[in-house]
Amino acid sequence: MKPILEAKNIWKIFGKGCKNCFSIDEEKNGNICKYCGSVIGCRNISFEVYKGEALGIVGESGSGKTTLLKILNFDIEPTLGELRVNIEKEDVFGSDLINFIFQKDINLFNLSPYEKRLVRNFLMGIVYQNPFLGLRMNVTAGGNIGERLIMADIKNIEKIRNRAKELFIKTEIPVERIDEYPAIFSGGMQQRVQIAKALSIKPIFLFLDEPTTGLDLSVQARVLDLIKNLQKEMQLTMIVVSHDLGIIKHLTTRSIVMKDGKIVEAGLTDQILEDPQHEFTQVLVNSSL
Amino acid sequence: MLKVENLTKRFKIHQLGGKIIQGFVDVNFEVKEGASLGISGPSGAGKSSILKCIYRTYIPTEGNIWYESELYGNVNLSTLKEHLITKIRELEIGYISQFLKVIPRVSALDIVANPLIVEGVPEKEAKEKAIELLKRLGISQNLFDAYPATFSGGEQQRINIAKAIIKAPRLLLLDEPTASLDSKATEIVLTLFKELREKGCTMIGIFHDKEILKKFSDEIYYLNIDM
Repeated sequence: MKPILEAKNIWKIFGKGCKNCFSIDEEKNGNICKYCGSVIGCRNISFEVYKGEALGIVGESGSGKTTLLKILNFDIEPTLGELRVNIEKEDVFGSDLINFIFQKDINLFNLSPYEKRLVRNFLMGIVYQNPFLGLRMNVTAGGNIGERLIMADIKNIEKIRNRAKELFIKTEIPVERIDEYPAIFSGGMQQRVQIAKALSIKPIFLFLDEPTTGLDLSVQARVLDLIKNLQKEMQLTMIVVSHDLGIIKHLTTRSIVMKDGKIVEAGLTDQILEDPQHEFTQVLVNSSL
Repeated sequence: MLKVENLTKRFKIHQLGGKIIQGFVDVNFEVKEGASLGISGPSGAGKSSILKCIYRTYIPTEGNIWYESELYGNVNLSTLKEHLITKIRELEIGYISQFLKVIPRVSALDIVANPLIVEGVPEKEAKEKAIELLKRLGISQNLFDAYPATFSGGEQQRINIAKAIIKAPRLLLLDEPTASLDSKATEIVLTLFKELREKGCTMIGIFHDKEILKKFSDEIYYLNIDM
C-alpha cells in the first residue's frame, strides 16, 4: 500500500537564509539561525499519509505546524522539499485537467503556479482558523461556493445553485441563508461555510487549521462531529493542525508532534497521549486540562 | 495466534530528570486461536500495560508480540507501522477497558450498531442486531436512543462491551470489563464471551475477581511485581 501523500525533507526558512540555517542547534537557539537571524519555520519535515487517514499535527504556537499546512496547500513556497501524491484517476473530479499529476514521480512543489492552482482546486480543500482567510466576506455564502465551482469549469448557474444548496444541507447551514453575506454569520456558521466551500468539488485532501478554535464548546463539538462524519462519508484524507489535544484525539488516528519547526515525535494518537516518548510531548500532554 | 516474547515496558519521565518507571519485565506467553488467557497479579504489576502494549497504545521497550493477522499474515505488533496498526484495530483487534470512551452526542443504539454499518451492513439489519445484543445485556429499551454520557457505570460498561463484540473481533483484549457489573450481568457477559470464543475469537482478560478470572480463563498467566 503506497501512501496517498508523501512529504519529504521540507524546509522553510523565513529571512535571507545562509548555509548555517540547515544545521542550527535548537537547544541553544530555538528556531533562529544565529548567523543570519533567519527563522526556520520547518526543519527537514518528512511524513506520509495513507488514504482515508486523519493525521494530526500538534505543537505549541510558533512550532511551525500552520506553516507546514500552508506549504502543503501551496499558500507559501518551501525553501526545499518534495511533495508527492499517489491517486487513482477515477477518484478525481476533473481529472482530464490535471492529468499531469498521474505521471510518475512528480514533485508537486515543482509545478507551475497555474498547475498548482489546478491541483489545489481539484484535490484539496482547506478550512482556516480565521474565516477571513477562507471566505470572501463581500460575496454571498452561496457565491463563495459558486466561485470554486466556476474555477472548476462548472458554468451552469442552476447547477451551481443546486450544488451549493446540497452542500448547505450537508454542513447543516439553513438553506434560506444562501444569499446572505458570511460577514454577518456567527463564528460556527462561518466555519461551516468554509467546510462547504472546501468540499464543493469533492476533494481528496481536507486540510484543517485549528478549525474550531475560538468557538464556544457546544458549537465546537457540533462542528467537530460534522467534520468527522463528512470524513467517513466522503472517505477524505485529512490533516488536522491543532494545539488542542482534545480535538486531535477526537479527529485523528495518527499524529506528529512539532517543536521549533521540527518533528519530535510521530505515532498513533492514543499512544502519543498515553505513552509520550519525547520530553516536549510529555510536557504538552501533562499541561492539557 | 498470539505469542508474546520477552516483553518489557519501562517509562522514562523526562520531567523527573529521566526517571525510569518499571512497567513489567520479560513477559512471555502464547494464546491459541479461540482460547482465553487470564492475566492475574497484584495492582501495579503491569497487567493493563501488557494489554496496552499489545494494542500499541504503549510502545514496548523490548520484546516481540507475534500476531497472526488475517490481513497481513504473521506480524510483530511491537514494531508494526502505525497505519497498519490502525487497520488491524479497525478490523481485527478489539479492546474493552473499564472506562467507556464516551462518544458524545451519539445514542447508545447508534454507538453499538456503528461498527457493523462501517463494514457495510445495511442500517436496519445493523440496528436489529444491536437491539438484540443490548437486550441480552439487560439494557432497558428506554435507554436505546439516549446518550450514554449520562448512564450509570454499569450501563456504560455494557454499551462498551456491546460495541466491541457486535462484529466478533479476532482478538479481544479485556481490561476489567466486568468491574462495575452485578453478578447477573457478569454471568451474561461471560456467556457472551464464551459464545464468541466458540466462533474462533481469541481473548486476553484481566479480572480482579478470582472466581470470574477462573470462569473466564482456559489458562492463567501470573504477573509478579519484579523490582
